[in-house]
Amino acid sequence: MRITQGTFSFLPDLSDAEIRAQIDYALAQGWAIGVEFTDDPHPRNCYWEMWGNPLFDLRSATGAMTEVLACRTARPQAYIRVNAFDATRGFETTRLSFIVNRPHHEPGFLLKRHEVGGRQIQYTLESYAAQLPEGRRYE
Amino acid sequence: MSAAAANRSDGAAADGVDLSALSADSHVNDVLDELDRELIGLKPVKARIRDIAALLLVERARKQLGLNGGAPSLHMSFTGNPGTGKTTVALRMAQILHRLGYVRKGHLIAVTRDDLVGQYIGHTAPKTKEILKKAAGGVLFIDEAYYLYRPENERDYGQEAIEILLQVMENQRDDLVVILAGYGERMQTFFRSNPGLSSRIAHHLDFPDYLAPELEQIAQRMLLAMQYRLSDSGAAALRDYIPLRMQQPHFANARSIRNALDRARLRQANRLFAQRGRRLTRDELMTIEGEDLRASRVFA
Repeated sequence: MRITQGTFSFLPDLSDAEIRAQIDYALAQGWAIGVEFTDDPHPRNCYWEMWGNPLFDLRSATGAMTEVLACRTARPQAYIRVNAFDATRGFETTRLSFIVNRPHHEPGFLLKRHEVGGRQIQYTLESYAAQLPEGRRYE
Repeated sequence: MSAAAANRSDGAAADGVDLSALSADSHVNDVLDELDRELIGLKPVKARIRDIAALLLVERARKQLGLNGGAPSLHMSFTGNPGTGKTTVALRMAQILHRLGYVRKGHLIAVTRDDLVGQYIGHTAPKTKEILKKAAGGVLFIDEAYYLYRPENERDYGQEAIEILLQVMENQRDDLVVILAGYGERMQTFFRSNPGLSSRIAHHLDFPDYLAPELEQIAQRMLLAMQYRLSDSGAAALRDYIPLRMQQPHFANARSIRNALDRARLRQANRLFAQRGRRLTRDELMTIEGEDLRASRVFA
């Protein structure tokens, strides 16, 4: 199951030229770029790991693209996303975030229904990939 | 339709390309004319910049017809004495390269050794790479590049920065131009001890010293920009001042002239302040008199 998180995730995967264009847009807005990766696809997982330092003061997407490509080479089977951070007072948050790499096979999620008091059901979403230990998922 | 045919968009027919249309398209002539107008002297430098612009235009035309020679290497070295306009020309160069589509953004990042070389083991590479990322899409201007190489200390981290630069100059041919700048003789020694660097630099531009009349024009230009002007006696004093200043030690061409003018402004302010109590006209506030320049120590 293809996970859909962040901007553009319902579109087909972005090509490198499209990623570059989006980064250029973010830089034109004055946002800083960060590259992050993870192998835990759960939508509530907000602890992605950073690839290198955040990239401040870039003028062209070339520098960020080299980081994206380097991350992709090092972790071809991880989810990689590009974040654009807006430091403007009042925002001080990520303004744009999109996935630029995903594993070849995404096994999807198991939906667990847990019956509690009465007919009430609690739902739990569990990724099949995350059943393996970290680092061995998506091999 | 082949890929080459698809690339053909602006002004190119199947059988040829109109170079003048292409150059009008990129507005490169505006920048070149501006360069001619605003920078005094520097004939060999301007000629070389025109050559480079022509090369890039032709390369563009060739690309439109599907001829691909690979992007030419445009890394440069600017050598010349202090104050001969290396940084100013580098700024213009970034604009020209941008107009001609050689770099994507056309900004200039000016750095020195401190920005590239780290202070402990493992600090240099990330530092240099960060600067390179910032410069990507524009021009990286390394001022006084010879400080990167310190032969007297073989464990100096400068060498590491040079090696990273070399790699990038080799790979990123199409999106970054590195300009190494510095004073003539020391740059020669630097290139001799780093032959790899020298051979990757296609264009060695030498900035000649300015002649006295050129310096005079530069001074007039600077005053105009600062909204001052010289009285007749002021112009005469400047004409006497320049040859004398040129003989002084530590003469730094245009930079010395700028400093001289700044000092003249100081004296003019002092002179006007001494006459306080009466209304000053706009003209008086703008004019630098001969006495403001003649008070300089070079006349002593």
